[in-house]
Amino acid sequence: MAKPGIQARVRVQWPGFALDVDERLPGLGVTALFGHSGSGKTTLLRCIAGLEHAAAGEIRFNGETWQDASTWVPTHRRPIGYVFQEASLFPHLTVLSNLRYGQKRSQAKGQGQDAREARFSLEHAIELLGIGHLLKRRPASLSGGERQRVGIARALAVSPRLLLMDEPLAALDLARKQEILPYLERLHDDLEIPVLYVSHAPDEVARLADHLVVMDAGRVLASGPLNQILSRLDLPIRLGEDAGVVLDGRVAERDERWHLLRVACCSASLWVRDSGAAIGDHARIRILARDVSIAHEPKTGTSILNTLPARVLSLGNDAHPALSLVKLDVAGSPVLARVTHRSAEQLGLAPGMTVWIQIKAVALL
Amino acid sequence: MPLSETDLEAIVLTLELATVTTLILFLVGTPIAWWLSRTRSRWKGPIGAVVALPLVLPPSVLGFYLLVTLGPNGPVGWLTQTLGIGLLPFTFWGLVVGSVLYSLPFMVQPVQNAFEAIGERPLEAAATLRASPLDRFFTVALPLSLPGFVTAGILTFAHTVGEFGVVLMIGGNIPGVTRVASVQIYDYVEALEYGEAHRLAAVLLVFSFLVLLALYSWRPDHTRK
Repeated sequence: MAKPGIQARVRVQWPGFALDVDERLPGLGVTALFGHSGSGKTTLLRCIAGLEHAAAGEIRFNGETWQDASTWVPTHRRPIGYVFQEASLFPHLTVLSNLRYGQKRSQAKGQGQDAREARFSLEHAIELLGIGHLLKRRPASLSGGERQRVGIARALAVSPRLLLMDEPLAALDLARKQEILPYLERLHDDLEIPVLYVSHAPDEVARLADHLVVMDAGRVLASGPLNQILSRLDLPIRLGEDAGVVLDGRVAERDERWHLLRVACCSASLWVRDSGAAIGDHARIRILARDVSIAHEPKTGTSILNTLPARVLSLGNDAHPALSLVKLDVAGSPVLARVTHRSAEQLGLAPGMTVWIQIKAVALL
Repeated sequence: MPLSETDLEAIVLTLELATVTTLILFLVGTPIAWWLSRTRSRWKGPIGAVVALPLVLPPSVLGFYLLVTLGPNGPVGWLTQTLGIGLLPFTFWGLVVGSVLYSLPFMVQPVQNAFEAIGERPLEAAATLRASPLDRFFTVALPLSLPGFVTAGILTFAHTVGEFGVVLMIGGNIPGVTRVASVQIYDYVEALEYGEAHRLAAVLLVFSFLVLLALYSWRPDHTRK
């Protein structure tokens, strides 16, 4: 019986490093493997790709066994696409030849023929990553961002059934990151194949992930839908200073006069700066805990646009002893607020209590 | 001052020997270099040392052992006789065998260095792009180590042209068969024909300089900006 998703039970033992993971990862959407460097996230990805020969365990993809005690499917026979941290383009080939390298071989092997699976033609990959004008160039003459876009297109051109991305933005500066992120978001909306995305950058995870796997010291600390993990108060690793949640909604209304958009998330509405998105577009919103304040009454005479009723779910400690993280329910979605312990006590916050939250900043991702 | 017919014969023979040796070493040296560049076997050290031996061994020592091994009482000599090939010493192919062994490190080491310089990453990338190990070798490893191959080819060729001791030991001095340019010069000097020696020596000097000039000026295409 073919179970959708990735089943990975992997054990790697090196001097000074051990990876011990037994996880089932979803067969759809973007799953972020998040953790500090040395947490084993890249090693796990390499095991799934078949690039770590020393690993013991089992890897199954949609019920297909790629590795177990008696099976080892070599990397070139696994239906994957892999994006390396440095684009790793072949320097002796032009951009087009780099793209064709994998595409030719996957066609020759009869992979990529099944129209039912998400199929990427070369043209589609070139168009999606916006690299049509680079095809005749050599990798050495490309910028870092361009190289990485070619690397991503090259991985897509093999029509993978699983896309593995190893910190594709980590080697780039902020400007290059901003250049590539929109392409990755398009991928997210366009791809019908599961993506495993290794990252240690909270902003990338917030923008791209649907599912989050938090790793530390070779083990999985938590795994689940993005918001469920982000709003957990007990997790030793939050997305750094940026504790907060991510909500998915749709653009419901445009206020031309004030250049604002109303985004409907669940049954609540939030006003955000107009990003040019069209009405009905999918919109992802990030609300950081530090931007949320709590009050007994809906305040008037304030500059804050978004004030919503909420119910306190639980209270926890933040990194600093003065601070407390409050988990609230806003129309069915969890939202985190960072307040001082003193304020929490003065307000008498307790689970079940109804309060009003003011959101100082809402970022449309 | 034209070269004499014997000089030309010696030069042609030298070039033939160097060409054949280089071609054979491309075939023999490449797998050895690949293995040495990728293996984690404990045999890597010993094999690497054996390959490098001709760098330090006096050519006469190598030539002596070859003469014994290839000779009528040696194991290889017995084999070649049994196979009906006859004996190799004092033949062109005897020289080839000697040259291949003598120039082995000049082929293996630059190629091995080039293979090592590629690193694992491009080969891993090729694997994720559906390329089998053999496919990866021919479409990624070979093109990326092309500069190493060019260096190795030129060094091997030039080194074979400059060979003397091994040739003298197992080839002797048979005109048109084993008398290469370096041996010819030796003959001239022995016979006190310094004028003749000068001419041929100058040819080899210019040739060697040009070869090295080419080697040091050449840059592969894709390393240019």
